[in-house]
Parts: sequence; C-alpha cells; structure tokens
Amino acid sequence: MKRDLYQKQILDHAKRPRHFGALSDATHVAEGHNPLCGDRLEGFFIVEDGHIRKTSFQGDGCAISLAAASLLAGELIGRTCDDARQLLARFADTLTQEQSPTKKTRTALGKPSALLVVRAYPSRIKCASLPSHMFLAALNETQRVSTE
Amino acid sequence: MVYVDNASTTQTPTAVIDAISAYYRTTNANVARGVHRLSQEASQAVDASRHAVADFLNAQRDEEIVFVRGTTEAINLVAETFGRATVSSGDNIVVTEMEHHANFVPWQRLCAQTGATFRVVPITDRGELDMDAFHAMVDDRTTLIALTHASNTLGTVNPIKACIAHAHAHGARVLIDGAQTVAHMPVDVRDLDADFYAFSGHKLFGPTGIGCLYAKHALLDGMDPYQVGGGMILQVTNESATYRNPPHRFEAGTLHIAGAVGLHAAITYLSSVGWEAIRTHERSLLDTLHAGLEAMEGVRIIGTSTDKIPVVSIVVDGVHPHDIGTLLDETGVAVRTGHHCTQPIMNRFEIPATTRISLAFYNTQEEISKLIHALQRAKRVFS
Repeated sequence: MKRDLYQKQILDHAKRPRHFGALSDATHVAEGHNPLCGDRLEGFFIVEDGHIRKTSFQGDGCAISLAAASLLAGELIGRTCDDARQLLARFADTLTQEQSPTKKTRTALGKPSALLVVRAYPSRIKCASLPSHMFLAALNETQRVSTE
Repeated sequence: MVYVDNASTTQTPTAVIDAISAYYRTTNANVARGVHRLSQEASQAVDASRHAVADFLNAQRDEEIVFVRGTTEAINLVAETFGRATVSSGDNIVVTEMEHHANFVPWQRLCAQTGATFRVVPITDRGELDMDAFHAMVDDRTTLIALTHASNTLGTVNPIKACIAHAHAHGARVLIDGAQTVAHMPVDVRDLDADFYAFSGHKLFGPTGIGCLYAKHALLDGMDPYQVGGGMILQVTNESATYRNPPHRFEAGTLHIAGAVGLHAAITYLSSVGWEAIRTHERSLLDTLHAGLEAMEGVRIIGTSTDKIPVVSIVVDGVHPHDIGTLLDETGVAVRTGHHCTQPIMNRFEIPATTRISLAFYNTQEEISKLIHALQRAKRVFS
C-alpha cells in the first residue's frame, strides 16, 4: 500500500509555505520552471561570508513543489554554501535513485526527507526536485533552470 | 477505474483489437510489392480501410485520403508541401489562440521561414473565437487558415463551415484539425467544403500510430511529396526520380498496415453504435457533469461555449491541477492536468494549467458521480 503523498507535514507546508516571498537585497537569485506542468518558482539567498543568512522563494506551483521549496528553505538557513549545495544535490539524487533511501540519508536531509514519499509517485518527482534545482542554480549563480 | 481522459486517447473496443490480431495472424504481408496472395490480401485490407475513411468523411474519392501517423504528421505534411510552395513574404497565415500546438507551431515556423505574417485570432472570455477579429485578420493576402474543429482544452466547437466560406471568399485555403471531433459527431468534408481535414485513429477508438489527412484531389495533385522513398515513386534512375499520383505520392515507406486495419474496424464499430445514440448519451453526461461542477464552490470552468464536445477544463481555488490529478488517481479516476499542448490558451486565461475531464460514449452517469465525489474529496484535503 502506497504511503500517503498528501501527508500532514507536506500539506501544512503547501498550504502555509514558510520563507515565502521575495528578498529585495538578495545576493543570489534563480528561477526554476517545470514547463510540462507549469510550476514556476523563484529562489532568493542572502549570502554573507560563505554562509546563508536568509533564503526565500515565491511563485506558482503545485503542493509538492511548494512544500519542497518550503522545507528545503528551512533546512538551508545558516549552512555554508558548500554544505547547502551538497544537501540540495543529495536531495535531488535521492528522489530518483533506484535503491531505497537509507536512514543515514534521511537524517542527513533533515525535514525535507518527508518528500521522499514522492518516489512512489514517479509523475510528481520533478515537482519535488524543481525547488532543489532552483536553489542550487541560485547558489551556483545560474539564473534559470528547467526540469527538461 | 473511471477513465475520463478520452481527449488524450480513447479506449479500444474488442472488435478493433481482434481485427489487428487477425491481421497479424492471417493477413500480414507488405502491400502492393508482391504478387503473392498474402500481399494482395494485405493490399485489399488497406484499400478497404481507405474507402471506409473516405465514406466516413464523405470524401468524393478514396484518393483524397492519405494515411499518416496522426494529426500532427498530417498538418506537418501540409505545411511542408502545400505551405512551402504557396506561402511567401507578404502573405499571411491565420491560426487561432485555441489551436493545439500541432496546428500552431508548424504554421508559426513556416511564417518564420518564409517571411509571411503569423496572425492569431484571439478567443473571448467564454472560450469562443472572436469572430470580428477573424473577419478582420482574413484578407486577400491570407494563404491559409488553420483552425480546430473543436478545442481539446475548452471543448468549444467552432463554426468552421462559415469560417471556410469566408476564407474561400478571400481566396484562402483552410486546414481543419479534426482530432477532437471525429469521435463525437459526423463530419462531412464536402458539406464543410474543407480543403484539408486531419484526424488521428487513436482518438477514434482505433490504434495509435495511424491517422488520416483528407485533402481535395486538385490540391493533392499539385503538391510535392513530403517524405520520399519507396512506394511513392514511378521511376528512379541515377539522375532523377518521378513520383506517383496521390495518395500514394504521400505514403513513402511501409505504412502502419495493422493500424489501417484497426482504424477500419473502429469506424465500423462506431457506425454500429450510431451517431444519434452517441450524441444523446454524451449530451446527457455533459449536462450532469456541468451541473455537478457548477454546484461546487471554488470551481471555475474554463471554456463556457454553448456548443461543446464533452471536454471540460476546470481550475479549483486553492488546489493546483497536478494535486487534483494525483488525488483523483488515488481513487481510480483518470483525468489529465497541465497545459494540454495549448499554452496560448493558458496564457490567455492567465493560468498555469487546468484539470481536464473528457468523456466518450462509453462513460456512464455513475462514473460522472464518482468523478464529482472524487473532486469534492480533493477539495477537502486542501481546505
């Protein structure tokens, strides 16, 4: 039996996303777009001394993309850029890898690991990975990224 | 499962599956290239299918039916042959804002390549063609109008007979995208006076990989080939090649013979059901669906024309189409979500996507009921 995609934590972050809005004095910005379904998000960072001081996102997306963005944003604050890049890449990889995620990976990913349930819903994986690609693009100073 | 994604593809009657299996079991051979009996039988099967399609559309001659892979290929064929030969800088091509990308992008590209002007007829808030704009955009430099018979996103049925008459008065040709209509109403290409009419087998309860382009014989006769190779040549020397007459001129290579057989079976099956029964039943299902949706708060129907095929796009307050789609799928209801290959419609209504419900004659009232309940449940999850 499939685990419920719309579990409490995901729904909560979808309906009431944290870190939602633009950052006018952002040092790093990127757009993420899923052209096949229309999710379109923008991510913002304020980076000082190699650390993420603030982060936020805004845009239009399905519940999965909003929840993923919200949970990821919360997990990135305070981290070094390198640490954040690693986490974002690991999140995206774990969504699509064949083997089941280990407990170690889940712990390393923190709260965003709740989204790993999307692995059972292949057509929604790109909804969950879009924000991670977007945040990674911002940190790498690539302005625009697409899931295609 | 409640399958209400028929605008994407339709389900296949046993008679069609049986016809395709029987072909592979008993009649499989390449057509017109062998004198052996099996090849003759296969050739006859293709000829019979072509004749059935000609009858189905009330074409004048069998030779006016070209087998292609589907509607998209039919349109690309016309754009690359008729389009390239007749359209040049200073001309214009008129399409509409509600076209499927298959009947939008080939013409947009043709204009970019030739320097012709690409004109897009806007749609009204109800999702109908702005006929004043249509009349304003069609002039004596209009070479071709590309128009959908019915919208796969809005459900709107366009007044194509009147549009074709107006086009002809200005010396323009008209290509009609019939992908969404052939399963829902009888189409008479002569009554419509359509120059080109395209449809896909898999949207007509037939197999995938087969479709048809109808074109007036005089037009086909003047068109250069699309793809070249075997089966469409008369003579080939080291220096040059000469080509066959239509329709074979446009059927290079081995066509999807089993597909043509399946399409024939689908047309036969449909005629056994009967248009009267189909239309009455679909009308009744659509009425129930509309009533159910209108009774739900926060549900907006995109495309509210009075003349519609049973295709309904909705947006639901606070719930993204993809989430609706997944939640409905969890209760065994199959709808489609996204832009439905009609991004210009999404842009026009300023929405990223819709949830689309599309019916066929085999859907039932009980299924509509289940669909409405599933939508109510999806709303509750997000409230």
